[in-house]
Amino acid sequence: MARVVLGSSLRRYTGGVDELEIDAATIKQLLTKLGAQHPKLVPILEHGLAIAINGTIYQGALLEPIPPDAEVHLLPPIEGGREASFRLRWWR
Amino acid sequence: MATNPIDVERARSKQLRWVGTRGPRPDGIDKVTGRARYGADFNLPGMLVGRVLRSPHAHARIRSIDISKATALPGVKAIVTRDDFKDMPSEFVPAGEMMVNYRDIVRNVMAREKALYEGHAVAAVAATSPSIAREALRLIKVDYEVLPHVITAAEAMRPDAPLLHEDMITMGVEPAPTKASNVAKRVEFKTGDVKAGFAKADVIVERSFTTKPVHQGYLEPHACLANVNEAGQAELWCTTQGHFVVRSHCAKLLEMELSQIRVVATEIGGGFGGKTVVYLEPVALALSRKSKRPVKMVMSRDEVFKASGPTSGAHMTIKIGARKDGTITAGEAELAYEAGAFQGSPIQPGCMCAFAPYELENAHVVGYDVVSNRPKVAAYRAPGAPISEYAVEAVIDEIAQKLGLDPIEMRLKNAAKAGTRALYGPKFGPIGLVETLEAAKKHPHYSTPLGPNQGRGVASGFWFNIGGESCATINVNEDGSVTLMIGTPDIGGSRASMALMAAETLGIDVSHVRTLIVDTDSIGYTFLTGGSRVTFATGMATVDAAKDAIRQLCARAAKLWEVPEDQVVWDNGFAKRTGENAANVAPMSLAELAAKAGKTGGPISGHAEINAQGAGPTFGTHVVDVEVDEATGRVDIKRYTVIQDAGKAVHPGYVEGQYQGGAAQGVGWALNEEYVYGADGRLQNAGFLDYRMPVTSDLPMIDTVIVEVPNPAHPYGVRGVGETPIVPPMAAIANAVSRAIGSRMFELPMSPPKVLKAVQARKANGG
Repeated sequence: MARVVLGSSLRRYTGGVDELEIDAATIKQLLTKLGAQHPKLVPILEHGLAIAINGTIYQGALLEPIPPDAEVHLLPPIEGGREASFRLRWWR
Repeated sequence: MATNPIDVERARSKQLRWVGTRGPRPDGIDKVTGRARYGADFNLPGMLVGRVLRSPHAHARIRSIDISKATALPGVKAIVTRDDFKDMPSEFVPAGEMMVNYRDIVRNVMAREKALYEGHAVAAVAATSPSIAREALRLIKVDYEVLPHVITAAEAMRPDAPLLHEDMITMGVEPAPTKASNVAKRVEFKTGDVKAGFAKADVIVERSFTTKPVHQGYLEPHACLANVNEAGQAELWCTTQGHFVVRSHCAKLLEMELSQIRVVATEIGGGFGGKTVVYLEPVALALSRKSKRPVKMVMSRDEVFKASGPTSGAHMTIKIGARKDGTITAGEAELAYEAGAFQGSPIQPGCMCAFAPYELENAHVVGYDVVSNRPKVAAYRAPGAPISEYAVEAVIDEIAQKLGLDPIEMRLKNAAKAGTRALYGPKFGPIGLVETLEAAKKHPHYSTPLGPNQGRGVASGFWFNIGGESCATINVNEDGSVTLMIGTPDIGGSRASMALMAAETLGIDVSHVRTLIVDTDSIGYTFLTGGSRVTFATGMATVDAAKDAIRQLCARAAKLWEVPEDQVVWDNGFAKRTGENAANVAPMSLAELAAKAGKTGGPISGHAEINAQGAGPTFGTHVVDVEVDEATGRVDIKRYTVIQDAGKAVHPGYVEGQYQGGAAQGVGWALNEEYVYGADGRLQNAGFLDYRMPVTSDLPMIDTVIVEVPNPAHPYGVRGVGETPIVPPMAAIANAVSRAIGSRMFELPMSPPKVLKAVQARKANGG
């Protein structure tokens, strides 16, 4: 199970939830399950995010494995980061 | 191919032969002899001259555009306006180093309903000569309804401010506003309880700061040559930091398939983030498609200032509390950044970086992305960070001074380290801030006595750095020399550093490796040069491509020796036998294998296509001494030292160049550079005479210290270095000036009239 921290900016899309546990083996699985649990987040997820797994920031890495008990943070894309909305959409 | 941690250790523990050396720059001879071919140096037979008609108004509705007289002028072969570019739906995608919306891009390339800044493109012509093109522009009649304008974030945020986009509702506010405004977005980052944190503080300082928009100041203007044939196939030569990004934008805007456009990145005369977007390129392609002739377009310097993308001006309020011993107990920041005519300022990274160098339990940062009638901002080296970190570092310095603490000691007390949780959430891995602070403390600069009217300033800075998509192909030529092909334009010496990493990995002399930046048809998609990513990401692809070539070379040697492949290893440029009788078998060099390649299966070519992850952030600390002439307000930089973590400096000379260049740009930003607008919303200083950038006579020798805390994610430990050097200078210089004159400065640039005013105010108060 990964501990997913959404950050205060995203609380408004999750009814106040800013931290939750999700069972996901990859970033793609995590985003799919997150979008299913909190549909209002979907446009944000599609807009593009950076994902930090245990401190390492990933962008454009949908297939990156998430180790068990990982700490995952959702971040805005880092400038120069690549996560085109039209590329991200296919994960749904 | 994932980087194996064991490979990293091996790489670091063995004596490196090439990585870390200072060879000659491969592009040096062409550049100093004038042979280097920049964007404006390309020509084709039958070429037309393209010119843009630009709005003279800061804000105006475009009622109509009459091109009939211009079209009839002999020598005019094509004219394009908003009617030649299909409108785009609202869709956010990354573009260069910013997130952009294609609905905004198409309007920035060519105005549609409104002209939103002086210089906004309204029409363009292609003609047989520059004079005919100029006359054609004069004949185009645009009916404008001039509207009131706003320039600064403060003006644009007023409730009665004229609106740039009547449908702009601020995102990130709950509940969503019902009324449109010029605030595109509100962002927020929070940790802990700032109220409780401030309650524990012995000293609290709250200050407001203003910075002005500044330009990246690249010496080479935007330039391109477009050639579209009757079948709709296009070639484009342009000065850019990312030719694949140019291809993506142009294909989207002109509704072309990507495979129909080939883009060549010409030699580039500076970019610094400002050449990560498109301006002339889609226009030139549209003109070429219409005229069926090549079209060349080059911006004048005036156009570069008015119609490309400077960085944001900003208004900020920073509040920091600390205990007597210097421990920071809470930090608060409110930042408003100007985005220019369309949303998308670097407010987000500005917020994320503001307190990044420090371990803070309690922090709260709110940021606003504000549109105004100025050119749309583009990235400028660590976009957003220099602005916010200037303000935070200035307050930290004021607190240190109030508490009687050494500014470096105060930073050491609060410094982020491995395991520190950043305000934006994740914990840092290994980082080098403490190492840079310790090095600053020990540097002879820091103990050099100061003279009269002199002050010393210190500031630290941070930038994330990124990875991203990079491809590399290594062709082993039949004589054993190697051609390395990559897709990231060279703006800071990457041809040299790629060659060094390829040579190191292959085990051959670097003089046998030549690096080429190839076009978009010749290599896989490669993201642009930006985000301090190239030595990291393209470097990783280069190493992977070299390892792929090595695998093939070993397999070829195994075939020649008629042994299984697991009995061959690669060692220092040679295939060697292992196992039985290995000692009796002479190794085969890369050159020997290459010579036989054609007859033993075909040419050897290693390649790699990756999306590099694990970029390590970079911290730096700057120390600067200034002398203030209290009669004129002029500030002279007397000594400057940049200390920054590079992870591993592949070519130390280039790394030092990045450090010095960032510092030099920071000097300009701190002391002189600003966009000056008249009451009519028009830019008053659109040239280098009045937009005053530092020249060599303004600067002392900038000393550099390279700290190396390796990034475990890269085969040689590399961290990006290009952007962090511009983050600390404004604060370091502001702190130095403040200490020199005994009065705090809160506005950039600290040009002589402002410094003089502060000195006079101090004297009037008995100081």
